[in-house]
Amino acid sequence: MFQGLRSIIARDLRLSMRRRGDVLNHLVFFVIVVTLFPLGVGPEPNLMHTMAPGIVWVAALLAAMLSLQRLFASDHADGTLEQMLISAHPLGLIVIGKIIAHWFMSGLPLTLLAPVLGVQFDLPQQALWVLALSLLIGTPVLSLIGAVGAALTLGVRGGGVLLALLVLPLYVPVLIFGAGGVAAVSNGMGAGPHLSLLGAFLALSCVVAPWAACAALRVAYD
Amino acid sequence: MTNAYTLAAHADGRGNPMFRFAAPQAFFPLAGKMIPWFAMLAAVFAAAGLYVSFFVAPTDFQQGESYRVIFIHVAAAWMSMFLYVVMAIWAAIGLVLNTRLSGMMASAIAPTGAMFTFVALWTGALWGKPTWGTWWVWDARLTSELILLFLYLGFIALTTAIDDPRRADRAGAVLAIVGVINVPIIYFSVKWWNTLHQGASVSLTKAPSMAATMFAGMILVALAAWMYSIVTALWRVRSIILERERNALWVRERGGEA
Amino acid sequence: MTLEVKDLACERGDVRLFSGVSFALGEGELLLVQGPNGSGKTSLLRLVAGLSRPVAGEIRWAGEDVRELRESYARDLLFIGHANAMKDEFTAEENLAVAREMAGRSSSREERAAALERIGLAHRAKLPSRYLSQGQKRRVALARLCLAADTPLWILDEHFAALDARALETVVALVDEHLARGGMAILTTHQEVAITTRLRHVVALG
Repeated sequence: MFQGLRSIIARDLRLSMRRRGDVLNHLVFFVIVVTLFPLGVGPEPNLMHTMAPGIVWVAALLAAMLSLQRLFASDHADGTLEQMLISAHPLGLIVIGKIIAHWFMSGLPLTLLAPVLGVQFDLPQQALWVLALSLLIGTPVLSLIGAVGAALTLGVRGGGVLLALLVLPLYVPVLIFGAGGVAAVSNGMGAGPHLSLLGAFLALSCVVAPWAACAALRVAYD
Repeated sequence: MTNAYTLAAHADGRGNPMFRFAAPQAFFPLAGKMIPWFAMLAAVFAAAGLYVSFFVAPTDFQQGESYRVIFIHVAAAWMSMFLYVVMAIWAAIGLVLNTRLSGMMASAIAPTGAMFTFVALWTGALWGKPTWGTWWVWDARLTSELILLFLYLGFIALTTAIDDPRRADRAGAVLAIVGVINVPIIYFSVKWWNTLHQGASVSLTKAPSMAATMFAGMILVALAAWMYSIVTALWRVRSIILERERNALWVRERGGEA
Repeated sequence: MTLEVKDLACERGDVRLFSGVSFALGEGELLLVQGPNGSGKTSLLRLVAGLSRPVAGEIRWAGEDVRELRESYARDLLFIGHANAMKDEFTAEENLAVAREMAGRSSSREERAAALERIGLAHRAKLPSRYLSQGQKRRVALARLCLAADTPLWILDEHFAALDARALETVVALVDEHLARGGMAILTTHQEVAITTRLRHVVALG
């Protein structure tokens, strides 16, 4: 079974490495969105300071959402997904493997890059750590919930916008707990409660999202 | 060759008395008979509720007459959340038991739910202007209603974007189930966010020292909203049934009678 | 092992494509699904492969419902549909390896090389698939047949399209060998194919 999981993850990672441009594009997108905020709001240091956690998290949400389309869509287009549905490995395992691989190529780079952007906004060092930690716990949730949305909108007309419409409202708790934790630390409070709630939400998503994504994939092919 | 009628009946578990009305062709006339009754009830409750809330309930000494919009606001907010849960339950039944009527019910409820969510937001704004001095505040309840509206719109958008009705129902069902698990979490997180970012504002639900007549008015308006939801859901499900089963024998026969 | 299909029915939207389709397939037997375009050949194959759910009827593999068997049925099954299920970024050899892993079976590098050799693509094995022509891509997909001697049930949809005469000959030979060692195969086809088995059934749709 773990053999199966490993081979799915390895396959998706290898595929992403052959399409490095895609991964880089999403990171560049992330940086650009974060850069746009000071340009739009004005560079007043205090304002930037309070807005930084929210800005970085919203940008991360958008970047993760854009990257969802490559989770199933290309496998759907060339018939690979069809083979996965009738694979000797359980569909749940394949979906989990794909989600993990997706996180490695979207959530993890965002997490690593975010503290650098935090420095731009002059966040204190402790807040930078919490920012990275909150993204580390929060971005897997984005991949998990996003997988449900991506599976539901497979082959549906207007899929891209529809995906955003379905997934973004469900991301609200991640945004609140994630950005809230960073803000709490820069205001001199502890981020513990925020991060534990984020962790609880991650645990719940781990249970529900793969099931829902499998159901949605089967629906798409029925 | 078996015709669509018997096969459809078979797929709906006909023969089992519990599922008798789960078959669209059995439910269609039943719904038709129920609509006038519930419509009447809705009208009675609405008249009584509006009378109590606008003429009987005492004027609020802090907020004056403008608080009266809260009767509609609270009923609408209750219904908006309740209907989402009902919709998700129908959807789950449809997904598990594979009954076609359940999916139709879920998509029939969604527009009414979205409408009540919108009404709750609208009346919330109307109430907010004289009370807070702005149309919109990022109050916990209003914000989570807004996100609930997004969830409803997402459901409607997804089910209308898929052409095949069976697939649309089942995809909508998965979304509704994920949504209904998320709604309490969203509500909780928004509330948490709200208490962290601003002091306790005047809460919409905690109208100070609620009089018994105010409570009665609220209940009556809520009952009216309830009945209204049943009527519109049944109404809509009847047209969905006709549209989807237009090629089935029983619909054609009805067309012949008319 | 046998595959039994009873009273299968299929709908596309409002249209009933077919109903009451029944057949049984035993070891070494071939089933040809025939019919004009739009008669539901592909739909029937997808139903039998377990990709979609029938409106009515049942499909049994070795006496058990395939919906319940799921992965253990999938292990016994090789399905090649219209799409080649190949990644343009992978080489022919990698694509073949992934397909085998998906089927829960292993394959050695030598086996994969031999498979590509037999299908006539040995000289293209290390090339990313985006540089292959349509016919060559189709051949990579069909190279899975060379490795699938351990998979009893083959379901091939329109696999003769876009193949040249030599490749066609190879594929026919592969199916022949498969039937000779007691495998089963279901094919859709417009044209008659020279497969020599005497144990052949035909389902005509439309």
